[in-house]
Amino acid sequence: MSLTRQTAEVRAPMEGSRRARLGDVLTKRIVAIAASGVLALLLLIVVVLATGGGKALHKFGFGFFTSTKWIPTEEIFGAAPYIFGTLITSAIALVLAVPVALGLSLFVTEVCPKPIRGPIAALSDMLAAIPSVVYGLWGIYVMVPWMGTTLEPFLGRTIGKVPGLGALFHGNPNGGYNIFTAGVILAVMILPIIASVSREILSTVPRELRDGAYALGATRFEVVLGVTVPFARAGLVGASVLGLGRALGETIAVSMVIGGFNGHIGFSLFHSGDSIPSLIASNFNEATTAGAERSSLIALALILVVISLAFAALARLLVRRANRQMRASFARAAA
Amino acid sequence: MSSTPLSLTTTSRRRLSRARISNRVFTATLWITGILALLPLAFIVGYVVRKGVGILSIHFFTRTPAIVGQSGGGISEAFIGSALIVGMAILFSVPLGLLAAVYLSEYGTGRFASMVRFLSEVLLSTPSIVAGVVIWTLVVVRLHAFSAFAGALALTVLMWPIIARASEDVIRLVPQELREAAIALGAPKWKVILRVVLPAAVSGLTNTVLLAVARGLGETAPVLLTSLGSEFVNRNPGKPTDTLSLRIYQYALSPVKSWHDIAWGAALCLLVIVLVLSVTARYLTARGRRNAR
Repeated sequence: MSLTRQTAEVRAPMEGSRRARLGDVLTKRIVAIAASGVLALLLLIVVVLATGGGKALHKFGFGFFTSTKWIPTEEIFGAAPYIFGTLITSAIALVLAVPVALGLSLFVTEVCPKPIRGPIAALSDMLAAIPSVVYGLWGIYVMVPWMGTTLEPFLGRTIGKVPGLGALFHGNPNGGYNIFTAGVILAVMILPIIASVSREILSTVPRELRDGAYALGATRFEVVLGVTVPFARAGLVGASVLGLGRALGETIAVSMVIGGFNGHIGFSLFHSGDSIPSLIASNFNEATTAGAERSSLIALALILVVISLAFAALARLLVRRANRQMRASFARAAA
Repeated sequence: MSSTPLSLTTTSRRRLSRARISNRVFTATLWITGILALLPLAFIVGYVVRKGVGILSIHFFTRTPAIVGQSGGGISEAFIGSALIVGMAILFSVPLGLLAAVYLSEYGTGRFASMVRFLSEVLLSTPSIVAGVVIWTLVVVRLHAFSAFAGALALTVLMWPIIARASEDVIRLVPQELREAAIALGAPKWKVILRVVLPAAVSGLTNTVLLAVARGLGETAPVLLTSLGSEFVNRNPGKPTDTLSLRIYQYALSPVKSWHDIAWGAALCLLVIVLVLSVTARYLTARGRRNAR
């Protein structure tokens, strides 16, 4: 890199062609504008949503976030159930997906025989490529009935009896269209994302460290638990937060299985509900612009994008710092 | 008599066997998790193929939707609409993404560049519905119509950062020596980029475009708010347009049995296209890396 720049500087005074220099300046300017366009895009998203949602936020103030009533005919809009629905479905997804994703990535990097390592990674990436709407279709006709008739009644009979925790798994599963089902589908959807980032992080743990532990007689279990995972911890947390960011914004599959918020508020995960994206997807085109309904939906989109991009930024910072640390310690080990 | 130094005492032997057992348990757990994690893929793909393959016929690809109650009918309008919308989105997002990627890889050393790089990574997590809401506000409201054009712009919001970020990595793989050789021959930098760097990266860049197309085809929420969907074949960018994903979404939620069958058929087509695109891209990337070395 630095060599190129030096060569260019040395050459510049000797070079007579004005056209070439003009071309260079022009190229740099054009690509720089395209690059700033990415920043402009982010700004545009925030400004457009803030303007569009301004009416609702102005009208309801802070109450918009705490009110639980959403009655378009009476011009009453409160976002609390949807914010809650978004957070709770994502939390379920994270709790279910992180251990499996971590297991999968450790399986690929530590245990699985070399020849099938590539194919397994490819399959996990294929899972990530399945479109949201296909998950939703499969969700409606396979997951929802199974959850409603088999898994959720079973959970209700078993964990549902445990004091405290049982409150989460209580009541009528509503035919399977509920928050829990949405969380499970989300878990499947974010699993490959967390797994592929974790895989990358784990594969950058310096060989020397692991070999050293093996040489001391540690078993694979001890190496993974004592060396690999602690070393990669920040990056693994980053991978999980990235999955969380994805879960928060996932729309179509969730909207197809979550059932819709019907005014009931309770602890149970077996109630139907709505997340912010699912509410927008199912109500946006029918909303009236005259009142505050559409503006309320746009305000919700603003809340959503702020939350999910904040988590995404946090995740990228964690992953990036983890990578840098690894490179630093690798350099130290090599020196 | 004392034991020889190499033989183990009972306690250390016990500890060793415990370590061995926990190691076995751990290894078995990882195997099980690995298989468990990939089960959904088999379930979903298997189920979609089983339910979808029966409905596929010539009419499925050549006809528009039948009226409720009538059997038969196809979704030709969805195939044409998907091609129209994603085609336009590619037209918008590839030049924008590529230019940004050239900036990041060839000029991107400063603080501004690292900020752009970071934010385009963050933008990869933009919720897809948000892209729909933004373009609805900016385009659908202004033009007083849902349209393929608005749908393509909504997809551009999502695809631009993908192409920018992935292309940067691809362009960086081009060996530094190539650039230096061209500069040594007296070529100005813009010519080096246009005639040496980009041609050398072209296969990798094709892959990023394939991945972006796969992503664009699968998106539903953004086109729902911008293109709306339609029952008729439409080639006019200014009118409401159907896509495969929208057709699946609407039929899946409908109460009509024959529509569910068509939804499965459409899901099979979408799944095959998307998986073929991403597997091809993956294969080409792997081959490109090997060649680069």
